[in-house]
Amino acid sequence: MSALLDVKNLRVSFPTPRGPVEVVRGVSFTLGRERLGIVGESGSGKSMTGRSILKLVRAPGKVTADRLSFDGIELTAQSERQMRAIRGARISMVMQDPKFSLNPVMTIGEQIAEALLTHQTLPRSEIRARVFAMLESVRINDPERVAKLYPHEVSGGMGQRVMIAMMLIPEPDLLIADEPTSALDVSVQAQVLDIINEQIVGKGMGLILISHDLNLVASYCDRILVMYRGEVVEACKASELGQTKHPYTRGLLAAMPRIDENRDELPVLDRSAWATA
Amino acid sequence: MTAISLKNLDISYGHTQITHGVTLDIAAGASFALVGESGSGKSTVLKAIAGLAPQWKGDIAVNGKPRSHGIDRGFSKMCQMVFQDPYGSLHPRKTIDTTLSEPLDIHGIGNQGKRVEETMAAVGLDRRFRFRFPHQLSGGQRQRVAIARALMLEPRILLLDEPTSALDVSVQAEILNLLKRLRREQGLTYLMVTHNLPVVSFLCDRLAVMRGGRIVEVADVAQLKAGTLVDPYSRELLAANKGHALESA
Amino acid sequence: MANVTDWLLDDSPASRMQARLGRTYRIVLALAKNPLAVVGAIIVALLIVTALAAPLIATADPIAQNLSQRLLPPSADHWMGTDELGRDIWSRVVFGSRITLTIVLLVAVIAAPVGLVVGAVAGYFGGWTDRILMGITDIFLSMPKLILALAFVAALGPGIQNAIIAIAIAAWPSYARIARAETLTFRNSEFIAAVQLQGASATRVIGRHILPLCTSSMIIRVTLDMAGIILTAAGLGFIGLGAQPPLPEWGAMISRGRTFIVDQWWVATMPGFAIILVSLGFCFLGDGLRDVLDPKQGEKQ
Ligand SMILES: Nc1ncnc2c1ncn2[C@@H]1O[C@H](COP(=O)(O)OP(=O)(O)OP(=O)(O)O)[C@@H](O)[C@H]1O
Ligand SMILES: Nc1ncnc2c1ncn2[C@@H]1O[C@H](COP(=O)(O)OP(=O)(O)OP(=O)(O)O)[C@@H](O)[C@H]1O
Ligand SMILES: [Mg+2]
Ligand SMILES: [Mg+2]
Repeated sequence: MSALLDVKNLRVSFPTPRGPVEVVRGVSFTLGRERLGIVGESGSGKSMTGRSILKLVRAPGKVTADRLSFDGIELTAQSERQMRAIRGARISMVMQDPKFSLNPVMTIGEQIAEALLTHQTLPRSEIRARVFAMLESVRINDPERVAKLYPHEVSGGMGQRVMIAMMLIPEPDLLIADEPTSALDVSVQAQVLDIINEQIVGKGMGLILISHDLNLVASYCDRILVMYRGEVVEACKASELGQTKHPYTRGLLAAMPRIDENRDELPVLDRSAWATA
Repeated sequence: MTAISLKNLDISYGHTQITHGVTLDIAAGASFALVGESGSGKSTVLKAIAGLAPQWKGDIAVNGKPRSHGIDRGFSKMCQMVFQDPYGSLHPRKTIDTTLSEPLDIHGIGNQGKRVEETMAAVGLDRRFRFRFPHQLSGGQRQRVAIARALMLEPRILLLDEPTSALDVSVQAEILNLLKRLRREQGLTYLMVTHNLPVVSFLCDRLAVMRGGRIVEVADVAQLKAGTLVDPYSRELLAANKGHALESA
Repeated sequence: MANVTDWLLDDSPASRMQARLGRTYRIVLALAKNPLAVVGAIIVALLIVTALAAPLIATADPIAQNLSQRLLPPSADHWMGTDELGRDIWSRVVFGSRITLTIVLLVAVIAAPVGLVVGAVAGYFGGWTDRILMGITDIFLSMPKLILALAFVAALGPGIQNAIIAIAIAAWPSYARIARAETLTFRNSEFIAAVQLQGASATRVIGRHILPLCTSSMIIRVTLDMAGIILTAAGLGFIGLGAQPPLPEWGAMISRGRTFIVDQWWVATMPGFAIILVSLGFCFLGDGLRDVLDPKQGEKQ
């Protein structure tokens, strides 16, 4: 199976008044038509990695890579116009902050319809039906009401599901999902992930799931990359995450409370202990 | 004494009724969790208590006093809210210092500099963050600022709307430890919305499960830990959580 | 020097002052890296200096007539020549900068805040307040600026004060629209809910929390509009409804010089140059400010 996405030595840096700061330092991985998880603490560069694949890193940020090829297309060589044709239609991304990424003055229904229409034209009635069907499939029970709401009028979890609906509706080849389910309870989360899974199995879509929820990533993905300070510090099979040896991953695991929690205080990462090592 | 008492609370937005007959009693000093399906109206209950969702029928009493439908100044000293999203809940053009002294300014409380520093210390924020802007802070630091802001007026009750769901596990652990310590030190009452049952076990002593705008079960956390919740939906949630948990060696 | 820069760029400032100065310094630094913005800033600075020091810079009295020296071409004595009444054009252009600057500043001082407040109030309260305020705004907005200003000057009578009022009346509605649109995007955000919960009054929420977020787009917009305002003022002057003779208003000067445009080109051209230069200056500066202040470019994340 040829790789859907091949990333080699990806770097993202930001200029600051005190010189450039690299926030992603030489990340390399390949992705087939499978589910890849990226975990890591806040600020470790997970989102930047995802964004740079779509060339969505904002103005002062600079992205370089030895290779960044998607389905045989070298993304680094694409013009902004060519990228626009790829975004949404072939690669789409669920952004981390749904309230921030949705247009606050447009209704949910209009925004999903727009996502649908950017790459094809459809009759009005069909659009309505598709929008409602998509909302229903992400477990929104009353799509007719929700389609008329503005982003601030939906609950946190609904906002995230709306984002997922918007990104799945054009049926992309690769989905980058940045913390897509952080505001969802486990049961809805499982159902929403099933929808994504259907497209992976049915259409051969590839998935990059960015999350800080180790349980989620371990149970849902095939492979996992652990990032720290812009670097991949560990790559393993999802089933092996529980047995990881890396102190950083172990720290993350220990910091999670459990359902039968009896500890009085949760251990937090002691970064100084091994960051220098 | 009950800190928050809700009786037959029906909250609506426009013509849509969101909750149906929510009844709850939360003792002073308790840490109470509200869990349940996404979109079931958990945040809406908190907003109604705070005065941000003014369209309700039924009774809300806080510290024995009935609540009015809007926001009122007296209430703001009794009860404050921490929002879910640390990225959206801080004013992007104001320094941490301004954000934290604003409540003092509104209520005409003096000695602002000292109070800001004390509260920052209480939530574990270093002094050097005081004059930074929110975009210069990480998610966890921002959430600490949001908690500090809620504490500025020294309320006895905190309404927490998923305070850690946008944070990664290591930062979540820090914030949870912080909330636990603050409650111990200051005797606060928490009403916390979360979808994360392990967080409930760690921080709370009672919980209510919501679905479709109704409370389906109120239980002790011991029941949650032992897995003896009664309602079918609560059991479903619990089972989903169990199936999800990672076996770590 | 290095110390001062370090102090200004400090990531963790020690006082409000340092934080504020640091922010200003960063903006200035970013502006300085934008060549067009620098050109714009220099032109605007020149305009201000010229207006302040007009008596020092001018070589003659701008309204002193000398009929023996009518319509002289540019020379060492009269750098820009003289007009049909023998007045020194250079001095008139220099003194004219005062009028231009006054118009621009007064319009900005009247129109921008009015538009800002109307827009923010409409956006914040919504409902009927919004409908009524925006209805009024739209009525004004539906008419071309120059024609609206013309109508008001015609009603109020010609003169520089009336011209300023008329231009301000024509200018505020677009500011109100922008301010409302911006207010709508964050009026439901959590940081606004948080200050409401702390017991802040509506006036305080609008004044302290909403307006500051609209100001940077307003500054950009006003700066970009300056060129239009100058042109409108010149237009009014040109048709005799703005500043009245003998005031050296640039538009009025062009209007009078137009009769001699073929044989004595400098009479109309010199003030024309001044208008173009200053308008361009404001445009460049506005463009630069947009790059620097627009939150979408850098502030967020
Ligand atoms: N415009 C910018 N200028 C400078 N640094 C930036 C900018 N945007 C992001 N960064 C830095 O890039 C780093 C990586 O950010 P990124 O958003 O990828 O983190 P993340 O791993 O997604 O974290 P989280 O879990 O909190 O979302 C952070 O340290 C952040 O401070
Ligand atoms: N301002 C509003 N106008 C209209 N409907 C609203 C508004 N705010 C919330 N709703 C609706 O109220 C319902 C409950 O929302 P709420 O935010 O309370 O859910 P929640 O239980 O907190 O869910 P989540 O876990 O996803 O945050 C949703 O169906 C939502 O669409
Ligand atoms: Mg991220
Ligand atoms: Mg909620």
